[in-house]
Amino acid sequence: MPTAVNSATYAAVPIGTVPTTLTINGETRTRAIEPWTTLLDLLREGEDLIGTKKGCDHGQCGACTVLVDGRRINSCLKLAVTLDGAEITTIEGLGQPGDLHPLQSAFCDHDAFQCGYCTPGQICSAQGLINEGKAKTREEVRELMSGNLCRCGAYSNIIDAVLDVIGEQA
Amino acid sequence: MNRFDYARPASVAEAVQAGAGEQVRYLAGGTNLIDLMKENVDRPMTVIDINRLPLDAIEELDGGGLRLGALVPNSNTAWDARVEQRYPLLSSAILAGASPQLRNAATNGGNLNQRTRCYYFYDVATPCNKREPGSGCGAIGGVNRIHAILGASDQCIATHPSDMCVALAVLDATVQVTGPDGDRAIPIADYHRLPGDEPWRDNTLKPGELVTGIDLPAEDFTQNYTYLKLRDRLSYAFALVSIAVVMRVEDGTIAEARVALGGVAHKPWRSTEAEKLLKGQQPSPQAFGAFADALLAGAVGQGENDFKILLARKGIIRALKQAAEATPQSQTDKRVA
Repeated sequence: MPTAVNSATYAAVPIGTVPTTLTINGETRTRAIEPWTTLLDLLREGEDLIGTKKGCDHGQCGACTVLVDGRRINSCLKLAVTLDGAEITTIEGLGQPGDLHPLQSAFCDHDAFQCGYCTPGQICSAQGLINEGKAKTREEVRELMSGNLCRCGAYSNIIDAVLDVIGEQA
Repeated sequence: MNRFDYARPASVAEAVQAGAGEQVRYLAGGTNLIDLMKENVDRPMTVIDINRLPLDAIEELDGGGLRLGALVPNSNTAWDARVEQRYPLLSSAILAGASPQLRNAATNGGNLNQRTRCYYFYDVATPCNKREPGSGCGAIGGVNRIHAILGASDQCIATHPSDMCVALAVLDATVQVTGPDGDRAIPIADYHRLPGDEPWRDNTLKPGELVTGIDLPAEDFTQNYTYLKLRDRLSYAFALVSIAVVMRVEDGTIAEARVALGGVAHKPWRSTEAEKLLKGQQPSPQAFGAFADALLAGAVGQGENDFKILLARKGIIRALKQAAEATPQSQTDKRVA
């Protein structure tokens, strides 16, 4: 009697891809990923998490900032396959409509955006800044938020929002 | 980005074996390499992911120094309590560079090996002897505001963009490497090189060699130091000119001073000969100015960057004053005192 081959076992990894397990916003997913795929493209195009934005795609604007194991990085300059086993948090994982993260509420309260394109990156970056615990004063927050450009120029309100949340936590 | 084979070796020996081939690149934080690959400036056939190698610690060295693992992120290095206390210049220089996100990903080894930000090097539609040997230099006679004033050649006027390396230059750090021919230690002064007639070579690594760590000597400078970075924006911009200084002051006299410049040459620019002028001097604008003239001897502008010569001279004098007075430049409050 022929043994049935479980085709799923053999077809799981397309040629040229690397099986990679990522926990994204609390959900563990294993994917066969082409090694030249950036984390940013994986999130937006592979996982349909389009909250993370592509701005410059060269590490010069910060719009793509996400948290990897709690640390903020530019997802556009990170190959997804190098993160096997990591925990990724995107803006969708921080808060949702009706259940906003304190930073999201503070950005609303302080009018800390106009077009909103940089905002997911700003908020993930601010959470990374809070995790680092190095910024206490206005000057320190300004300097340590400098990796996120806002072409609408909402900077002063962004700093107000971040300071507000740091103050609440202190 | 071109397609490539991906390997993730489990040991340094395996990595070096895989790294010996043609068109192979070691991938650490990726903040420079991935960008270069997106621009088609670099098109490796094989990418070796070294992120799982055990080179991610900062360790005490026998005799009092520190070894900074090649894979320790820049931010972890800058905020390591031992580095902050014993090598505050290094912390300051790292924090002056890039952005928090980039520093979280970029590693110490990658910082050493990052490539120039010359516009022509990045633009594959233009000639560049560094990217395409023999094709010419677009920057000479072109747009060259950010380019070299010292040590350039008629083939390349690119600068090394690192802040960290400028600090390492005055700390007399040593780069530890391993490769097909075994381990060796390279003094930081000999690690990067001037372009000469081989501008495609940024450093003296041999094919397949891998940086494993950076050793800092026991001698620390915790009072009289500064990292002064002058740039077009206050943050998140490469240096037009930067100045790293460490100094020992005894009874109001300079017992020793070391000065390196960033943003002005293909490598951190330092002259131990010129530094002798400061030894035994009392801190003064005259002594600092004479030193600046000696360090900048032979400086040549390329047109748009002529201003860098005067900017460097004034910056050197200001940085020496900051170091002598033990008032290092803050990387948060950017006002220059």
